[in-house]
Amino acid sequence: MLKSRFSGLLFQIIALALSFGVVSLILISIDASPTEAFRNMFKGSFGEMRKFAEVLVAFVPLLLVTAGLLVTFSAGLWNIGVEGQVVLGAIATTWVYRYFLESDLPPALIITLAIFGGMIGGAIWAAFTGILKVFGGVNEIFGGLGLNFVATALTIYLIFGPWKRPGVASMSGTVPFPDEFSLPLLANLRISPWALGIALIAIIIVFFLLQGTYFGLKLKAVGKNFRAAYLLGIPTWQYAMYSFLICGALAGLAGAMQVAAVYHRLIPSISSGYGYLGLMVAMLINYQAIWAIPVALFFAALNIGSIQLPIVMKLDSSLSGVLQGVLVLFALLVEGARQKFIKKGQNT
Amino acid sequence: MTQETILIGLAGILAASAPIVFAVLGETLSERAGVINLSMNGTILLSAMGGFAVAYTTNNIVLGFLAGMLIGALVALIVAFASITLNQSQVAVGFVLALTCRDLSYFLGNPYMGVPGPRLQAIPIPVLSDIPILGALFFRQDAITYTSFMAIILTWVWIYRTRPGLMLQGIGEKPAAAYIRGANVNLMRYVYTVIGGALIGLAGPAFSLASRAGWMGTISGLDGFGWIALSITIFGGWNPARAAFGAYLFGFLQWLGLVLQPVLTQVPSQVLQVAPFPLMILTLLLVNIGNAEWVERTLAAMPESTRKFFAKLLRAMRASPPAALGVPFERD
Repeated sequence: MLKSRFSGLLFQIIALALSFGVVSLILISIDASPTEAFRNMFKGSFGEMRKFAEVLVAFVPLLLVTAGLLVTFSAGLWNIGVEGQVVLGAIATTWVYRYFLESDLPPALIITLAIFGGMIGGAIWAAFTGILKVFGGVNEIFGGLGLNFVATALTIYLIFGPWKRPGVASMSGTVPFPDEFSLPLLANLRISPWALGIALIAIIIVFFLLQGTYFGLKLKAVGKNFRAAYLLGIPTWQYAMYSFLICGALAGLAGAMQVAAVYHRLIPSISSGYGYLGLMVAMLINYQAIWAIPVALFFAALNIGSIQLPIVMKLDSSLSGVLQGVLVLFALLVEGARQKFIKKGQNT
Repeated sequence: MTQETILIGLAGILAASAPIVFAVLGETLSERAGVINLSMNGTILLSAMGGFAVAYTTNNIVLGFLAGMLIGALVALIVAFASITLNQSQVAVGFVLALTCRDLSYFLGNPYMGVPGPRLQAIPIPVLSDIPILGALFFRQDAITYTSFMAIILTWVWIYRTRPGLMLQGIGEKPAAAYIRGANVNLMRYVYTVIGGALIGLAGPAFSLASRAGWMGTISGLDGFGWIALSITIFGGWNPARAAFGAYLFGFLQWLGLVLQPVLTQVPSQVLQVAPFPLMILTLLLVNIGNAEWVERTLAAMPESTRKFFAKLLRAMRASPPAALGVPFERD
């Protein structure tokens, strides 16, 4: 047992080294210095307090999405539609804000309602994927992907149609909400401690839900062996739906944070790809909640750090995505190699 | 609209759909052998960028298409290696590659953004292009569109009318039986995944060197086609002819969106552009719903005459995947 854990760690270090090696080769191939690129990315994310606050701003939705995905992955479901669920969360939050724009209710109540609205919006969108899967036989990957595109179209329709700015509608989004509708931010920084706290609580709840409850155990049984779970009397389709609803609510919460704490309005790219990135984080941590915080923080740092690249080195900021992807790819490949290695060791 | 403009529009749909046709044919071959290549969306972008960059630097358009095929084959090789040799989830590896290849195309394609490059020209085929209607539709296209027509016929004939094609069906449906009959299942899966990948890789340059010539990075508008092509593969029921029909249907819907735009001015253009996506979900629902258990129960409860009608209707729409799709093969 100890030996296998040790070999696991060893292989993970190999995966990490291989990833940085491959990305360095890519950089060398276009005559860019890898050390300078990595140094700029590090400086751009941890170099000063203001930049680290930006990393935390990206960390919040990423952690929330990852927390949700751990639930669907536990049930053996590939909730690729999480991206659209983030978007619908943002749309629902914006809708609640707009509804109470002229009201006399205390802002704290309106913010709370808006955030709950976001969770419901995300959950409803996830329920569509779940219903298509459970009652329509449509694989959740394809249903979810289609709904992602629909969600984006819906955002653009709202921004250019019913919710357009007075005068000209533009890609810059809807009219910003008054300041009192924003979650309180730290002085001179863009990060809201409330948002950070909510994200951390969410991952802790998911951790205990999956590790310490009967519900989590049944969910995992459904994920491990659908048929066996069904024969044991677990209502499998209901558990699949529950996992979609929980994931959708957490993704919707991420969207709500994007509106309530970051952008203060609806913009076309409100989800910023955090849904897809969350899938990558979940894969990299091998679906174990305990690793979600450090890895999500690392991925957020890569995203923010890469913003420096076009400015300082005239490189495209998509390098962060390449590095993240190569990391997950090598983690998968190396894990496969390790399992093969162990199997071989057992046979001889 | 005159007959002339309608013909030009339809011929344009055939040309604009060529990349999707290649992608669905490649995916069909790969999935027929039992391997889902989920990387398609990234593969198309990377091969579009790579194909354009090679054609631009060498000033040789043929090399551009070959580079696209090579990229597609290499990405497919990673999918095959990870899933067949290392036993990892095909969905996981494919999805990671879809995102990684997309970002890699934006990263490496940065210097080629917006530069004017080579573009394939139409070559009317003598005599045939003068046939009324058919000539204008099929025989005044560019080389890659002609290739797409031939690819549809060839894949169909290969799968349904040749011995190796029969073996291919067996590998996807009953790998154990194919193995007993002497097929090297895993080697064949490698081969078909890589060939399918090369076909998918042809889709990229078919965009960037023909129907949507040039490389524009994130605003190329190519992001998303790979996911569409995956749904069309299912819609096509793993039959090349039906899959190609799905590709053309999608092309027609997109064209319809463009045509209707001036008429439906109150609908933002971005909404019409994504209109095919909900339609795709709907078709997937129609294709799959016959497999759902509650539908069978409802059917059983219906009176005889209506039951017959609905059962027939569902059977006509239904498509079932190769039985061993995504299932690793191990001899024991």
